[in-house]
Amino acid sequence: MQKTPLFDFHTQHKGHMVDFAGWNMPLYYGTPTEGGGLTNEHMQVRKSGGIFDVSHMGRVKVSGRHARKFLERLCTRKIHDMAAGQCRYSLVCNEQGGVKDDIIVYRYDDDDFMLVVNASNREKILGHMEQVRTSAPGGELVCKIVDQTMDTSMVALQGPAIIPMIGKFSKEIPSLKKYRFAVKNLMIIKLTVSRTGYTGEDGVEVILPAGMTGLAMKFLLQDVDMSKADAMIKPAGLGARDTLRTEAGMPLYGHELGEEINALECGVDFAISLDKAEDGKGEAFVGYEALKKTAATGPARKLVGLMIEGKRAARQGATILQDGKTIGVVTSGCPSPTLGACIAMGFASRERANIGDAVEVDTGKGVLTAKVVAMPFYKAPKV
Amino acid sequence: MATPPADRVYSQSHEWHKIEDDMVTLGLTQFAVDQLTDVTYAEMKKPGFAFKAGDIVGEVESVKTTSDIYCFVDGAIVETNKAVADDPSLLNSDPYGKGWLIKVKMSGKGKLGECVDAATYAKQHG
Repeated sequence: MQKTPLFDFHTQHKGHMVDFAGWNMPLYYGTPTEGGGLTNEHMQVRKSGGIFDVSHMGRVKVSGRHARKFLERLCTRKIHDMAAGQCRYSLVCNEQGGVKDDIIVYRYDDDDFMLVVNASNREKILGHMEQVRTSAPGGELVCKIVDQTMDTSMVALQGPAIIPMIGKFSKEIPSLKKYRFAVKNLMIIKLTVSRTGYTGEDGVEVILPAGMTGLAMKFLLQDVDMSKADAMIKPAGLGARDTLRTEAGMPLYGHELGEEINALECGVDFAISLDKAEDGKGEAFVGYEALKKTAATGPARKLVGLMIEGKRAARQGATILQDGKTIGVVTSGCPSPTLGACIAMGFASRERANIGDAVEVDTGKGVLTAKVVAMPFYKAPKV
Repeated sequence: MATPPADRVYSQSHEWHKIEDDMVTLGLTQFAVDQLTDVTYAEMKKPGFAFKAGDIVGEVESVKTTSDIYCFVDGAIVETNKAVADDPSLLNSDPYGKGWLIKVKMSGKGKLGECVDAATYAKQHG
């Protein structure tokens, strides 16, 4: 199992370590009795701030003459209109319009990019990238693809207290708009700090050199005493990351996204530019033709949010029913720590399960009553 | 992992069984509750429910997952832990004590032979 540069940090904070896509990662820290555990970490992020190790995610640098052209082929989203210092959420599709991965593209300069990909998909995406590069319609594209996952680390600082804390030592970062980033020099350490996240809260994600992680963490957390019960920032694990993203209605690969799932069903149409080949500057991406066809008739299914009555949760694989008929399947679900009720996401037939509709969820052991609701389930209050 | 209490036996599905004559108290191990994460709900079968070894005797729901609870003896439930029904977090804070799940009147040893002692369990799930 791979260890991230924050492994010692995890053990110092009593991380409950698990295997996640070949990485030894904290599911949560400590126990509920001593103020830790998944629910406490979740609420800590909603109310104040949490720090997540996301170093297991893949970081791939793409640079060179055809870097942009290559990324137009690879990504469902437009790249040409990205400014330097901008990041963008995009999908990577297969020829059938299924989802190979969801990624964040960072544009450092005209021909200089970084992609952040899911840990479980890193090897697959690296292979796919090489295949897309070498089989472009106009001939092989000239760009360098370098996997920097092992040379770097990545942490996410999320929650309402994060930006004010960073404001104490940086003016620039709090002024960054959402999905913008800055490259900062901290002593001898080069950091990429982006106003992004996967929790539904404000905050930043930081990419830094692996060998400098300890030093950078000391600097970032210089005013934070994590041993205190009311610490402004506490460590948060993958468990809380999952419940936070579910409340925020954000899709997760293997649940709402997958090779067999049509990209237009996933509720992320904003990330699919179906005019990309026609705007004169872009390129058709892999899966473009298939998705154009899907768009013409409309996708068969849509992603819906469910609020479930009672204390029982609906989990991935449970059946969604309406008027006694099967209309869909649950992809994610949990008791929501913030809302105190069970929430779920799932795919349902396009014409069914409209917002406000009553539906049922068959868990295999019982049938739960649910209501279709708009997502996100939880939205952070505007500051 | 700290060694679990020596006065009981442990199943591969992470239940502990404390046997006193023909009465068996059943609960989940520390290892199990650590895997589940914070328990939000526990629903056990009612007193009077008779079952064979290996049958499902209840379910616990945590933030992360839902898990069936098995009992490895034959018998019938005589009592469920009301404190856990009211406050499921007792399973996380004191799985070997206040977080017990059911008391069973044993009618046969069933699959008790498949269970292991505390030291063996600790070695397997250390």
